[in-house]
Amino acid sequence: MENNMKMRAKLKSDITEVKVIISHPMETGRKKDDFGAIMPAHFIQLVTASLNNLPVLEMQWGTGISKNPYLTFYLSNAKVGDNIVVTWYDNFGETGTGEILVTS
Amino acid sequence: MRLVNTKINSKLNPTIKPILDTKRRALLSVMMTASVSALLLPVKAIAAIWNKAAFEATQLNQAQKDLGISDELPSQEIEIIAPDRAENGAIVQVEIKSRIPQTEAIAIFVDKNPTALIGNYMFTNGALPQIITRIKMADTSDIKIVVKAGDKYYTNTKNVVVLENGCG
Repeated sequence: MENNMKMRAKLKSDITEVKVIISHPMETGRKKDDFGAIMPAHFIQLVTASLNNLPVLEMQWGTGISKNPYLTFYLSNAKVGDNIVVTWYDNFGETGTGEILVTS
Repeated sequence: MRLVNTKINSKLNPTIKPILDTKRRALLSVMMTASVSALLLPVKAIAAIWNKAAFEATQLNQAQKDLGISDELPSQEIEIIAPDRAENGAIVQVEIKSRIPQTEAIAIFVDKNPTALIGNYMFTNGALPQIITRIKMADTSDIKIVVKAGDKYYTNTKNVVVLENGCG
């Protein structure tokens, strides 16, 4: 499946704002397809974020997160050029990773 | 954190019931062999970390209990920015900010959803307890936020009127 992530990390007055969009269906397991068959649940369960390899966020998600999940988080200790990595894992065993450097 | 806890749990009482344990190991190895081609290594780890009980609970109270939340105190230091009315429940943008010192985690619940727990966000190493996310809402409901700070829990709610079910 497509494993597209878009990320941006911008340092604004001491705080780095990190924006992430992940392409993912986030199926609840309750929706029916065009033929009336239930579409199996397919959703991201775990997302981790790190700053220069140091973990900063761990997120557990259920089916209630919207399709193509959007997330903004904030770091108090990042500098321009620092490396931010976000990795997701879903219930199908699929995974994706995005990486971005902090800009001013 | 949770990673560490699950590792410890999996090593609990290996010696107390050796016979049962042997059987369990045999079963496990069969299951692992059967599924090894379908599953990548991380899946096992994810399954251990992800709080299945809490995420599958249909009642908010049960989901909270499964996350270990108890005696949560109302707090205005939890800021919730969400629309008063959402045209489409499939995408409701919510911003949450905790001003409670030593905030470790923020959990989001939607009372009227088929499963109440939406997500649990754990902060460390300089991550600020503030997020923006987009969630699904099945019906007009309170969004309930629970903040964990030390061994205490704090809560605030925001009602959102939903015009179209977003839980498909």
